[in-house]
Amino acid sequence: MSSLLVTIAGVILVTIFGIIAGLFLMGVDRICAARMQMRQGPPLIQPFIDIRKLLCKDSQVPANAIPALFNAAPIVAFASAVTVLFYLPLGSILPVGTPLPMVGEYGDLILIMYLLTVPALAMVAGGFASGSPYASVGAQREMVTMIAYEFPLAIAIIAIAWRLAVAGLVMPFSVNTLAANPIWTVVGPIGIIGCILLLIVLAWVTPAELSRIPCDTPEAETELCGGLLVEYSGRNLALFSLSMAAKLVAMAGLAVVLFLPWNISPIIGISGIGAAGVDLAFFLLKVIVVMFFSVTLVRVVMARFRINTVVSLYWGWLTTIGLIGMFLIILDGSMSLGGCLS
Amino acid sequence: MSQKKAPYELPIGPIHPALKEPINFTFKMNGEVVEEVDFAPGRAHRGIEWMGMRRNPVQILHLCDRICGICGVAHALVFAQAVEQIAGVEVPDRAYYVRTIIAEFERIQSHLLWAGVAAHELGFDTLFYLAWQIREESVDVIEYITGNRVNYAIMMIGGTRRDITPDMFPRIEQALQYYEGLFEKMVNLFLNDKTIAMRCRNTGILTKRRALELATVGPTARASGLAMDVRTDSPYAAYGDLDFDIILPEVYSNETVGDVYDRIVVRIFEVKQSIDIIRQCLRQMPDGPVLAEEKYPKLLMNLKKASGEAFARVEAPRGEDMHFVRMNGKQEAPEMWKVKASTYSNQMAWIEILQGEQIADIPVIIASIDPCMSCTDRVAVVNQKGEADVLTKEYLHRLSVEKTRRMQG
Repeated sequence: MSSLLVTIAGVILVTIFGIIAGLFLMGVDRICAARMQMRQGPPLIQPFIDIRKLLCKDSQVPANAIPALFNAAPIVAFASAVTVLFYLPLGSILPVGTPLPMVGEYGDLILIMYLLTVPALAMVAGGFASGSPYASVGAQREMVTMIAYEFPLAIAIIAIAWRLAVAGLVMPFSVNTLAANPIWTVVGPIGIIGCILLLIVLAWVTPAELSRIPCDTPEAETELCGGLLVEYSGRNLALFSLSMAAKLVAMAGLAVVLFLPWNISPIIGISGIGAAGVDLAFFLLKVIVVMFFSVTLVRVVMARFRINTVVSLYWGWLTTIGLIGMFLIILDGSMSLGGCLS
Repeated sequence: MSQKKAPYELPIGPIHPALKEPINFTFKMNGEVVEEVDFAPGRAHRGIEWMGMRRNPVQILHLCDRICGICGVAHALVFAQAVEQIAGVEVPDRAYYVRTIIAEFERIQSHLLWAGVAAHELGFDTLFYLAWQIREESVDVIEYITGNRVNYAIMMIGGTRRDITPDMFPRIEQALQYYEGLFEKMVNLFLNDKTIAMRCRNTGILTKRRALELATVGPTARASGLAMDVRTDSPYAAYGDLDFDIILPEVYSNETVGDVYDRIVVRIFEVKQSIDIIRQCLRQMPDGPVLAEEKYPKLLMNLKKASGEAFARVEAPRGEDMHFVRMNGKQEAPEMWKVKASTYSNQMAWIEILQGEQIADIPVIIASIDPCMSCTDRVAVVNQKGEADVLTKEYLHRLSVEKTRRMQG
């Protein structure tokens, strides 16, 4: 009974944290982009104001849409985007496993990868259900983009987990293992080069996953007037915006877990609730840094890609870089294995 | 959403983020590729010619300012030239120079505005903000010279309403230096950028031959390698006294492709050309008045007596702009006034250059000819139910035959 209560309380708290952190990140992103474009930019709370306004508005359902699917898509997208956060360590708060099993015993990187695709799939379903040519084209593009970026993302995650397994750690896909054993401390010099390449791949997957310039082809304001989202308004659009915000935290959080999992509380010597708070703040700081480099900076300095460029970039360049990175890590792992055996 | 094989229709417009003015495109698409293009202009028709034919020429000048928000000088200048030709007004030399300077500043602001729009269509908003911020300087100078930022109201029949005095030169020179300092940066940002080159090279190609056959004008024609510019082909204002060349894509790249990239090249380098032209004007400007007839009642009296017809053309930033005026010597208002802007000549190129391109390139290709629908739309065909209609060639031919028969009969 008490574990159920903990779970419910944890889910509610993490959801609220996800929404607030996501909208805050979007505000930071908008201000940073604006300053780089010699603009003032909106106030930090502008995304909150936007969401509040959207929630007050009616949701229009187009005449030739499929209402059930059209209305369900935003809910599914939002729910799955928030669910990813339940499985990510937020600072030193580890949601899975010990000490307080918030969402049960299980849940690892593979689950996170699957959950990350769900919001995109929901958007595709909603786009096709809108019955608008713009949304249909946008949905097609979103599917193509998904197929393009999933492979490099999987390479990055699997390579790191494999290396941890070689180092003799049990449950290498578990986020707790990743959080406790930063990959940089496990690998040797060759592995570090490999990890840097994988970091580059992950940084490039982020804009595609989040549909930001240069990979915002599914939405493409000047081409498709918002593409997938063209027919969405009011509460449905607010839910999609919130799911995008939560996904922003999730993607940046994933990069933090994989590559920057350190916490600050052991260094400054705080423990208990204080440590959790300090680590959460430090986690947010890391997330902002990751977002700045992989989302804000990229979208400021680039034009939008064509959809065929997106595919050739992710399948050609990034897969190659990812495979080289993986190869280096395998080499590193084999060498350390050899070292142990001899 | 059926299979990829079945072509589907993608409407763009009348209102769409890619379009700055209302026009309706219908694309027949195959997946992401454009198979057929159709467009229906006529949605920015405001009956300006009708209004003009009920007003005196000086009033029409101010109406000309409002045909288009960007090329106000071009329309007013070309109308003034046509009326001056009919009435035989002798324009003072200094006025020609003032007209040239303001026309060139207009070209700078128009091209920079276009560059920003093109960047925005590509999804490159940083460059869009930069281009429009740079453009502010030219608008500021135009305001300094004419008193207005958009509808300049500086043209007058027989000259200009304001002079550019030597004490204004430093401010103008400051603006010219500002643009000279930024020119290298602009070239670097627009022409050396990887993503822009990737999106614009070999996109929307208009070959030299097709450019000629479709009678394109202005930067669109020059980007395809046609050396035509009204400023050198039939000089007006002070252009005859000045030394400048027609800008072709060869100024930057070795070959002329006639794609969107070449259109960017031509427009960016025309900004530099305009700086040179303004500087030459400032150096050579003769002394004297800027207006042939200062007293408006007397001017209007003379214009009312004038009869005849004239046809004038200027090089607006977007290309050749022509006005036809006929006056009968009995009424103040012209008997006939016809405006033909550059987009009217260029728009048929759309059908050619959009075919076979991707959806992603539609916005920038549409923008690449720098369309101005409010300049172009001089007619809207409506049937008796109030719906938009199309007059076919056969129908117009039949009307023509019927009229000939009536006149013979």
